[in-house]
Amino acid sequence: MDTTTKICAGDVRTASRLIRDLEDKLPQARPRLKNLFVHTGKSFIVGITGSPGAGKSTLTDALIAEFRKHDKTVGVLAVDPTSPFTGGAILGDRVRMLRHAEDDGVFVRSLATRGALGGLSQAAGDAIHVLEAMGKDVIIVETVGIGQQELDIINHAHSVIVVLVPGMGDEIQTMKAGIMEIADVFAVNKADRPGAKQLQTELAALLSATPLAENGWRPPIVSIGNLYEPEGFAAKTAELARKVLEHHDHLIVSGQLAQRMERKALMEVTDALKTSILEPVLARLIASGELSKMTDRVKNRESDPYTEAEAVAKRFMKSGGL
Amino acid sequence: MSERKIRVMVAKPGLDGHDRGARVLARCFRDAGFEVIYTGCHQTPEQVAAAAIQEDVDLVGLSCLSGAHRVLFPRVVELLREKNADDIMVIGGGIIPEQDFQMLYDAGIQAIFTPGASLDSIVDWIREHVKTRL
Repeated sequence: MDTTTKICAGDVRTASRLIRDLEDKLPQARPRLKNLFVHTGKSFIVGITGSPGAGKSTLTDALIAEFRKHDKTVGVLAVDPTSPFTGGAILGDRVRMLRHAEDDGVFVRSLATRGALGGLSQAAGDAIHVLEAMGKDVIIVETVGIGQQELDIINHAHSVIVVLVPGMGDEIQTMKAGIMEIADVFAVNKADRPGAKQLQTELAALLSATPLAENGWRPPIVSIGNLYEPEGFAAKTAELARKVLEHHDHLIVSGQLAQRMERKALMEVTDALKTSILEPVLARLIASGELSKMTDRVKNRESDPYTEAEAVAKRFMKSGGL
Repeated sequence: MSERKIRVMVAKPGLDGHDRGARVLARCFRDAGFEVIYTGCHQTPEQVAAAAIQEDVDLVGLSCLSGAHRVLFPRVVELLREKNADDIMVIGGGIIPEQDFQMLYDAGIQAIFTPGASLDSIVDWIREHVKTRL
């Protein structure tokens, strides 16, 4: 059986190996992904993002349980940071999701950022496609713990949950651009802590002062209390799952899903263009020693980076006849 | 541009909650440039094996300080074999009496590190023995 058939049949080993090959950029990985591509695009992709320690992994664990109750198969990609110094990483999101390890309907994969700055890893988009081809109904993508503007997740997910916790600043923080704008659903986590009520009020004020988007969706706020009060916690995480599924329905009915898929396709083509044009050009410039000459000229202020780059671009476009 | 990154999983099967050693090792592997999937305490061998396969790790490091290593460690190897994943290496550490070493080696545990083993010796062993799998 070839890779495509195996992955489409849900073979975990083949899928997890292909994700690894894609991360490590092995030459055989790309053609395999190409063959898979036609089998992708059918899953519902949920992004979950927020600051470090906000509770993304714990909520992901709870969402897995909820989606499983709805008989949906679930794939999870959980991203944690790579050390800029050693290249190593501690991938610890799985600790919160152990109870699903033996459920055949759940596939959890940890990814390290490997230098990517947008809250995901470079291979995250590829890994999503592998899980889609495996036929997962829902794919939850948990970003690295983020600050205000690591927002790559919006290019990959259909619905985005932003997890906030009390005590992270005043009302001005909620007014700022970036993370506060990308939520389809807000989760106020650790809502048993001081300041939670204030955070909810500020969020509600923010949302009511925001003109309703033309698609008519106002992000709901779900407040989630203490994990160690299991009943209340379960009720609230069930509500969170419900709101996410409602948003999915809304995307379909309003035609927004098609728009978001188009945005994603555009992003993927643009990214692939950058890679397939830039990498071979760079490789040739390095091999010919031209890159170091360019660098020297810029370093000595004989030239500037823009002129150098434009000259190269002009040459390559001419030779390619674009 | 392609390069295999070493991926390891650090896990504590069984009911033993003494995870200081496992955490120190996880940090040490991180500093050695490995990607470390840390899965913490209180896992069944079934959970460990399933996670190792989903994460496509090269090696699983098991830690046990409760005395249950004779049962738990071989079970992980057995489960990986059952799932055609015996290319994933298993090593162990913790409070393990020397008279148990042979029994564990026979069961497929490839190395055992007990208190006193230097962090460097463990990292070196992994670098040397993990085959770059293509």
